This record gives sequence, structure tokens and C-alpha cells, in this order.
Amino acid sequence: MEALLSLFVRAIFIENMALAFFLGMCTFLAISKKVQAAIGLGIAVTVVLTITVPVNNLIYHYLLADGALAWAGLPDMDLSFLGLLSYIGVIAAIVQIMEMFLDKFMPALYNALGVFLPLITVNCAILGAALFMVERDYGFAESVVFGLGSGLGWALAVIALAGIREKLKYSDVPDGLQGLGITFITAGLMAMGFMAFGGIDI
Amino acid sequence: MQVIKETLTGPIFKNNPIALQILGVCSALAVTSSLKVTLVMCVALTVVTAFSGMFISSIRSHIPSSIRIIVQMVIIASLVIVVDQFLKAYAFGISKQLSVFVGLIITNCIVMGRAEAFAMKNPPMASFVDGIGNGIGYSVVLISVAFVREVFGSGKLMGVEVLPLVTDGGWYVPNGLLLLPPSAFFLIGGFIWVLRSVRKDQVEANEFKLANHSAVREGT
Repeated sequence: MEALLSLFVRAIFIENMALAFFLGMCTFLAISKKVQAAIGLGIAVTVVLTITVPVNNLIYHYLLADGALAWAGLPDMDLSFLGLLSYIGVIAAIVQIMEMFLDKFMPALYNALGVFLPLITVNCAILGAALFMVERDYGFAESVVFGLGSGLGWALAVIALAGIREKLKYSDVPDGLQGLGITFITAGLMAMGFMAFGGIDI
Repeated sequence: MQVIKETLTGPIFKNNPIALQILGVCSALAVTSSLKVTLVMCVALTVVTAFSGMFISSIRSHIPSSIRIIVQMVIIASLVIVVDQFLKAYAFGISKQLSVFVGLIITNCIVMGRAEAFAMKNPPMASFVDGIGNGIGYSVVLISVAFVREVFGSGKLMGVEVLPLVTDGGWYVPNGLLLLPPSAFFLIGGFIWVLRSVRKDQVEANEFKLANHSAVREGT
């Protein structure tokens, strides 16, 4: 239990997807002009990560890993090279299913998320989390906690950046830095702030 | 010929994928702490972009538009698997250092963006050249960032000592900040600033201009 709690805190703060590993940067920089939009995107990413990481974990452990197909009578099979293709397929499929499910049963949430859902398929934070899960050899419970934690961490970072950018509109930025340039530097300062969490251990 | 040259050199400065189109930033930041790793990453990305453009473009008239994203994704993912297996076989150390970032070429927006925006509308050869051009545009930014980070962060270039460190009896005190992740943000921000000071047309318009100072005038 303690190990899981520690993993959770580490995924949110210390190993923040956006600010320590730079994953999902494209959406992070593009959709952070307004806090409202950032909150919608943050929720969508958290939900998708919480679902896809454990599903990919099951697929890896029961289909792809070395000797995982022993239950089907093929103990010598190693399909792990198909990993990338299967993870991205699973992610695309789950995002599609989620979109249809939300459209049918929770139209309010569906409208709130709007265009963000399809965008999530190509967000590298989602595929990155799946790859980290494989690389670090997480079990099922760990992968659920890791998915939820890294989603929350990403949401936290994007909402905070959107808040800063809303205030930044009123400042006098040099011409060449206007827009993208100053956003990069702001994100850099935020990343330095998040580094202060390093070394915290529960 | 002129068109091909334009397709190849356009993305390097005039239409740089990272600085102007905000594409493919994720890996630009994460793999730049040493030049050797960066070079491998740049080559991998250029190869994938060029070949995915060529393959997607050659079957572009047979792809139904409703499933085009999936088709593109499958082609790109297969190419990345080839690159990944190749690196694991011939450059295992570097492939370990790049860890998940080789796999993340799949979701790198440059690859998807070029497939969607260029390869779906142009013939295979032109798409191949366009992929190489965008790969070079990406490499220019990455290599310049990696160069600064490695030289000033650890006093080395490609693992060879350039600035002798104080700890080894030299004179250079390394700037540790440059080895930490946030420095990449500052360097790319600076790169964009330089690029946009040279090419004024890329400057983004300010949404909220500060009004002139209209307070009490002197002597009234």
C-alpha cells in the first residue's frame, strides 16, 4: 500500500509527465491559452490514461511479453516487438469507444470535452505512459495508480500554465518572444519549480 | 527542380516545424542533453518522416478518408518498429539512453502532421523530399540545443573533452543547470527569439497591446 502511495505522489509531482519528461508538449503548449479549455483537456487526459495504461498492461502481460502466450500453448513466443503497434491501436480504439460511450450516456461531459477527445490519440503522454509502464515492469495495481497519477500530474501542469498565460497577456513581452517564445520560457520556469519536489519520498 | 529545392529547404528556417508550427516539441526537449544521442534521434526521425510520407502518398488515392488516421498510424508505427529493432541490434547503448523516445516518434506531431498535410495531397517523390526537409528542420533546432547543452553543461562534445573541467585540473566550471531538463525550454525559447528577430514576418501579433501612458503630463 505504501509503495503504491509513493508511486502515486512520484507520478504526480516528481516525475511529472509534462514538466520532467516533456511528454504531450504539443497539446500542452497549444491548448493552454484559456484555463477553461485546459481543465477540459486535463480531465480528458486523466480519464484516458487511467483506462489505457492498465489495459495495455494486461495486453503486454498476457499476449506480448516473452512467454506470455504459454496459456495458448505457445511458450516460446515473444511478440514484444509488436508492442508499439498494439499500444497505439489500443489507445486509438479506446478513445473512439469512449467518445461513442460519452456521446450516448453523458452528453454534458461529451460536449464539455468537445474536440479534445480525438486529439488525445496523438498525445505522446498517453503512449509515453504505456511505454514507461512496460520499461519499468509495473504490475496491474501499479499500472492503475501510475496511470491515474501521471494523468493528474499532466492536468495540474497544463492548468497551471494556462493560468500563468492568462495573466501574461497583460505584460509587455519583446516582439520576437511574443506567443510561443515566452510560453517556452514560462514552462521552463515551471519545470524548475517542479524540480523542487525531487527527493521527496513517502 | 526548383519546386523540389523549395520543398527541401523551406522547412529549415522559413517554415521550421518546431519554431513556427509547434510540432514535435516533446522529443526536442528530452533527448538533447548529449549530442551523440541527439544525432541518432534526428536520423531516426528523418528516416521515419521521409519513408512514411512516401508510403502514405503512394497509396493516398486508395485510403478511405474516414479511416485515414488509422492507416497512417499503422504505417508510421511499422516504420518505427523497424527503426527501434535496428537500433536495438546495432546501437544498444544509445537505444537504452533514448528509452521510450524512439517509440514516441509514432506520436511525434511532425510525422503525423506531414502525412496529413503534405503526403495526402502530393506524389510520393515530393513527399519523400518534404519528409527529409522537415527532418532537417527538426534536426537543426535539436542539434543546436544539444551542442550548447553538452559543451557548456559538461565541457564535452561527442564525449571528447573541449573545455577542461576544474575537477580534472582544467579551468572550466561546468554549468550544471544546462544538464537539467528545464534548460532545454530556455534554449528553445531563445532559439525562437533569435529566429524571429531575423525573420520579422514570423512574429506573432500581440492580442493585448499596452496603451500609451496617458497619465498627468508634465507642467499641467
